[in-house]
Amino acid sequence: MDLNFTPEELAFRDEARHFFRTAIPEALRAKVREGRSLTKEEIVASQRILNARGWATPNWPRAWGGQDWSPVQVYLYQDEMQRAFVPPTISFNTTMVGPVIAEFGSDAQKTRFLPRAANADDFWCQGFSEPGSGSDLASLRTRAERRGDTYVVNGQKIWTTLAQYADWIFCLVRTNPTAKKQEGISFLLIDMKTPGITVRPIVTIDGGREVNEVFFDEVVVPAENLVGQENKGWDYAKFLLGNERTGIARVGMSKARIARIRALAAQEIVGDRPLIEDRRFREKLAAVEIELKALEMTQLRVVAEERNRVRGKPNPASSILKLKGSWIQQQITELLLEVAGPYAIPAQGNEDGSNEPAIGPDFAAMAAPGYFNFRKVSIYGGSNEIQRNIIAKAILGL
Amino acid sequence: MDFDLTDEQRLLKDSVERMVADRYGFEQRRAYLALPGGRDPALWAQCAELGLLGLPLAEEYGGFGGGPVETMLVMEAFGRGLVLEPYLPSVILGGGLVAAAGDAAQKRAILPALAAGRMQLAFAHLERRSRYDLADITTIARADGAGFVLDGAKGVVLGGDTADTLIVSARIGGARCDADGIGLFLVAADAPGLTRRGYATQDGLRAAELTLAGTPATALGAPGGALGVMRRIVDRAMAALCAEAVGVMAAMHETTLEYLKTRKQFGRAIGEFQALQHRAVDMLVALEQARSMALFATVMAESDDPAERGRAMAAAKAQIGRSGRHIGQEAIQLHGGIGMTMEYKVGHYFKRMTMIDQCFGDADTHLAQLADAGSLFEAAEATG
Repeated sequence: MDLNFTPEELAFRDEARHFFRTAIPEALRAKVREGRSLTKEEIVASQRILNARGWATPNWPRAWGGQDWSPVQVYLYQDEMQRAFVPPTISFNTTMVGPVIAEFGSDAQKTRFLPRAANADDFWCQGFSEPGSGSDLASLRTRAERRGDTYVVNGQKIWTTLAQYADWIFCLVRTNPTAKKQEGISFLLIDMKTPGITVRPIVTIDGGREVNEVFFDEVVVPAENLVGQENKGWDYAKFLLGNERTGIARVGMSKARIARIRALAAQEIVGDRPLIEDRRFREKLAAVEIELKALEMTQLRVVAEERNRVRGKPNPASSILKLKGSWIQQQITELLLEVAGPYAIPAQGNEDGSNEPAIGPDFAAMAAPGYFNFRKVSIYGGSNEIQRNIIAKAILGL
Repeated sequence: MDFDLTDEQRLLKDSVERMVADRYGFEQRRAYLALPGGRDPALWAQCAELGLLGLPLAEEYGGFGGGPVETMLVMEAFGRGLVLEPYLPSVILGGGLVAAAGDAAQKRAILPALAAGRMQLAFAHLERRSRYDLADITTIARADGAGFVLDGAKGVVLGGDTADTLIVSARIGGARCDADGIGLFLVAADAPGLTRRGYATQDGLRAAELTLAGTPATALGAPGGALGVMRRIVDRAMAALCAEAVGVMAAMHETTLEYLKTRKQFGRAIGEFQALQHRAVDMLVALEQARSMALFATVMAESDDPAERGRAMAAAKAQIGRSGRHIGQEAIQLHGGIGMTMEYKVGHYFKRMTMIDQCFGDADTHLAQLADAGSLFEAAEATG
């Protein structure tokens, strides 16, 4: 047992730390640090800087721009990237549709889509959830009917993150309505400019616009945009969801956010002393740090196990990453709310371009919206209740 | 970076687990508890034969030069078996203190006997008012010829009822909670002026209350600045306790799962009920977090930086305390009535877990310490 990183791994960490903090403009990282929404241009610009170094898609196959990194390197990359508040890559491109196309797509699809996805030339979004199919995803009803060498798609997707920016959407669609529900689903790539697609925003409780409804009305999609085989889409979706489980804990991001809260609490004065000198506040902070340290160790256990892992067989430790990781992320937003105090109250825009001076301290404006917004992390990607169902069945054998 | 065990460590793990499986069935353990002294001396001899009693000691003293990982493996297995032998007080604390503070002659006199199972040690540090502060000491040591005499009282001395030699913390100077002026002293169990009242603890182990009245003692190393070494060895003991706690928690979780799968009500296994499934999952989460922190404590146990080590131990002990309380209470609740009975194993794990939290600082004590000691995470600064 040796939990030290090798000199090579440490050198890699330093290289990543240096790169993220020098190559990615401070203005972009500041927006992430402050919890402000990024514009499409900003997201794309950041990913292109990473891609120029081959660091947008390290998890992809080597032939398509991947890095063949060890699990430890992947961990250090994620950790340093999050700690530096680097805007995340478009996950729909880099951890979802990219790996699916690389694994199951045709050569033509790989050539056409992968380089553009890596460089954010195409902005992808994910068409999985439907109004009637949330946790029970396989009950989805959006139809794709084969007509000649096209599919005609009718139906509706919901919770489609950043669909307003998207050039393409990868969709789970029902191609065989008579088969058992998991067996009649296909994985289809659809150009968002196709006639018949309507995107309608859903404003979330923080006032932000991240998610949308996407309607499909007689949308004609070339059959060549089917990934893999017809009616095998559920397998590809499972592959997609099984990918990249260690990043989900967001340990690096939580470390960075806690460090920021420490710094802010040292400036915020309560009575005649900084908030950080309040024992009660420090104990709350320490309690979250302990859980975060434990989660970091849990994540390292998963990372160390990666090389021995049987594909498709979950590591018991990995199953807790989302449950605990989401809880910690939410706790941290509550701590920031506490630091902001009464200046969490004014409703101030999250959008750029406002000429109004901030009300109260700068950091306070996003404290409440951040808290509101992060209630989502225990809901998306399979709600925590669904995670518990999965763990109960797959790991505990209940 | 890897969490792999070496071949030797794997062998050790197997042999300790085999001993626990063979000798520590629930009924066997009940029989040991009914013996005078509450344990079977033959098992201590077996521990010696397996090399466990000398495991963390240097080879020159009949030991095996094991480190925190080896201790972790033994303690986790002991936790699963609810082993009654005074391994922590005698080997980890006693042996650790002698090895760290003793002079060459003391080490030669004590450590080989400890490793061979001929001598048992205990660490008498706690006093009526000291709670979890190792420096809170009022027992006085006065120089007396070549040695010392001790006056005072010590409490909840784990393994203290059968120890042959007691290692007693006492003041040669300073006020009650001062860091300076503390020494460690060897006191023979039959020393004049020593009264010892042995008793069973809530979890079936043994401890003792001591009074010292002009009791002759020998200084272990040079007296005066012993607090540092006490902290170091107690930190090591805390890492060991964390590992034991993981064994206890894992056993409680497994037992509960087994029960959920076999107990039938309303015509089905109760584990089919989602409300209970989710609670079993939350127990797993608490267990894995605890396991992670026990590993963290293990790798930090020998750190030479007392501040960094202290933060790590506080964090680990707090996590263990929290996880242990959660898992223990849920284990009892999910078993229902049977969990409340002396006849069933889960309650005994619950009791041990509860007492582990009371040892060397409970979860809230350590949380408060960590809150004062700063962040667990080093700052990530740009390197260029």
